[in-house]
Amino acid sequence: MSKTKRRSVLKLAGGAAVASMGGMAGILATGRAPAYAQQKTVHWLKWVDFVPATDQMFRREMMPAAEKALGIKINLETVNGNDLQPRITASIQSGAGPDLIMSFNSYTHLYSNSVVDVGALAEEVGNREGGLYKYARAICSDGKMFMGMPWAVIGGMIAYRKSWFDEIGATKFPETWEQYREVGKKLKAKGRPIGQTLGHTFGDAPGFTYPFLWSWGGKEVEADGKTVVLNTKETVESVKFMTAFWKEAHDEGGLAWDDTNNNRAFLSQTVSATLNGASIYIESLRRPDQYKTEKGEFLNKDILHAPLPKGPAGQFGFHLLQSNMLMKYSKNQDAAKEFLKYLHTEENYRKFFESQKGFATPCTAKWESDKLWDVDPVMTPYKVAAKLGQAIGFAGPPNAKAQEGLSKYIITDMYAKAVQGMPAEESVKWAESELKKVYTA
Amino acid sequence: MAVTAVSDATTRPVPRLRRLEDERWLALTLLAPTAVLLGLFIAYPFVEGVLLSLTNTRVGVEGGFVGLKNFHKIWDDSIFRTSVWNTFWYTGVTTVFKLALGLWLAILLNRHFRGKALVRAFILLPFIIPTVLSTFAWKWMFDPTFSVLNWTLFQLGIISQRINWLGDPDLAMASIIIVNIWRGVPFFAISLLAGLQTISPELQEAAAIDGARPWQRFWHVTWPLLLPVTMVVVLFSVIQTFADFQLVYVMTGGGPANATHLFATYAYQIGIGTGLLSEGAAISLAMFPFLFLIVVVQLLYIRRVETR
Repeated sequence: MSKTKRRSVLKLAGGAAVASMGGMAGILATGRAPAYAQQKTVHWLKWVDFVPATDQMFRREMMPAAEKALGIKINLETVNGNDLQPRITASIQSGAGPDLIMSFNSYTHLYSNSVVDVGALAEEVGNREGGLYKYARAICSDGKMFMGMPWAVIGGMIAYRKSWFDEIGATKFPETWEQYREVGKKLKAKGRPIGQTLGHTFGDAPGFTYPFLWSWGGKEVEADGKTVVLNTKETVESVKFMTAFWKEAHDEGGLAWDDTNNNRAFLSQTVSATLNGASIYIESLRRPDQYKTEKGEFLNKDILHAPLPKGPAGQFGFHLLQSNMLMKYSKNQDAAKEFLKYLHTEENYRKFFESQKGFATPCTAKWESDKLWDVDPVMTPYKVAAKLGQAIGFAGPPNAKAQEGLSKYIITDMYAKAVQGMPAEESVKWAESELKKVYTA
Repeated sequence: MAVTAVSDATTRPVPRLRRLEDERWLALTLLAPTAVLLGLFIAYPFVEGVLLSLTNTRVGVEGGFVGLKNFHKIWDDSIFRTSVWNTFWYTGVTTVFKLALGLWLAILLNRHFRGKALVRAFILLPFIIPTVLSTFAWKWMFDPTFSVLNWTLFQLGIISQRINWLGDPDLAMASIIIVNIWRGVPFFAISLLAGLQTISPELQEAAAIDGARPWQRFWHVTWPLLLPVTMVVVLFSVIQTFADFQLVYVMTGGGPANATHLFATYAYQIGIGTGLLSEGAAISLAMFPFLFLIVVVQLLYIRRVETR
């Protein structure tokens, strides 16, 4: 270690004193605080993107550019999607934390008392870009204010193996649940079942069970958002169908899957089809040499996407909708709003959109006709994800009650219990009584 | 007293320090840091938790006093009742196995053999590795698709179809029990080993000379002497197991269909996932009477054993 001499310390201290004197004199003369004291910091907390290129682009290009353009400092923090909620709770309760926080689905309704209205910006962007989708509006607004600025929808579509479907004679993806069940039966007989989670996991489980319920005509509540009407003939039908469908066509390990299991199962070729964001396909594109079919061809050439099939009551989807909440406790609300506005300018949003390569679907109609969707036909089905989406709590609003039902996994467990052997009528009765407790509390 | 005499003979200390010569002040001073820590990190959150459970606070919404309404609500909640049953079952089964295996291991390790120190160090591994990390490894071993356990059993010709470890409600419970036992046995083994080493070998020898067979020596000499240590170890383990969170959260998230939800995981789901902070607090607090009862019974028993 080099020794510091007493004399050099004195010199340094003297220099510093002189410098600060000059600085102080300067401040006094102009009557302005130095620039670094004025600069505001906006702290943005978002999930770790499933498309790593996006986070890279943010850190390397867009954040520095925004700092320069807006004269603020931006602190971008990324955490695992499952960790957003504990962070939001801690921040709200302590009254300090990130200025902008990414919300998943109805978090917006759950934390509506702790956020600032961003309606002006949401309407401005909506008007400019051909209108905001109904789905985004339902999740981000309660009719009086926008609790979150709609960011993007991570669409859920069925990724399936074209060649395996072809082999059993299904040259087109099944349109109805009955057709899908027939196809699945044949696939499972060949050791290539359908993979679907019915476990306690935030994305793929409700992403399947809610639209499945709706497509049979089942719903949680009436439009008043109070009267629970789950226990109907339609819901019981759907549960009965699911029980048989599960045994005949599914990988029965799915009861324990989380959001990543189906990716691994599909990529290692143990399942023929699974509901997912585009992450399986994107991974197979990213490392083509690692993922090859049993015939030695690139796996990414054998993957196609399709929406969940139709039921007697129609065709639905429930996708992960992301928005950004501007927190009430934030001391930099103006700067944060400016930053949000900056992110949503067409030029900047396009950079995000293009880096996602179709993984994220924008919340406004204009992007539907973007040329990006023509680049890779495999990704084209995702362009309507946000348009076809329906929010939880249907036919009521996707409010805190609906979110409580979701986070208790009531709908998912209704199917899981039946699949595990509980009679359909009983599992529906159980789910309805749980929902009633939620909605009448 | 000798101490006072010595200090009187030398120079007098400053008055502030002299006060510490009084044992009551000294005790108070020495206890103060612990008391502050306990107060800050145990008592304060506990009281806050109690207060929270009596309101209808949600995240970001200051609630009013609602009395015991939250407790009434959870009492009516079938998932809560499942969690209570699961917690008791989980704690009971794991404690019995951890005690039996831990004791067995401790007795083995108390013998002399080559490489004893090394084996003792290795035994501690499950206890040392951060739980989340080791649980992830177990999660992989129980994975529905890629389970190495299934693969091994299949290769050995024991099974023809894979076992759905985490997907079947009973097997999922069994799986988390297995992992908890694996993690907890070292704690039992090492603590009981320490207890065993305080028992004088002469007692064993005397019993052997009197013609006692090994089993009789264990039952009439070793076990009674080991009992106080055992009770304390069991007490610690029961408290920890009862309030277990990370293991279940990582392995199953409480699923499939709530088959593995415990108090802590369900409290987290309601408090954080649903934002109903007061109800989450009520679920956590519902643990308290059970734990309190267990602790009181065990402490009374320990006292009886010690004064015998």
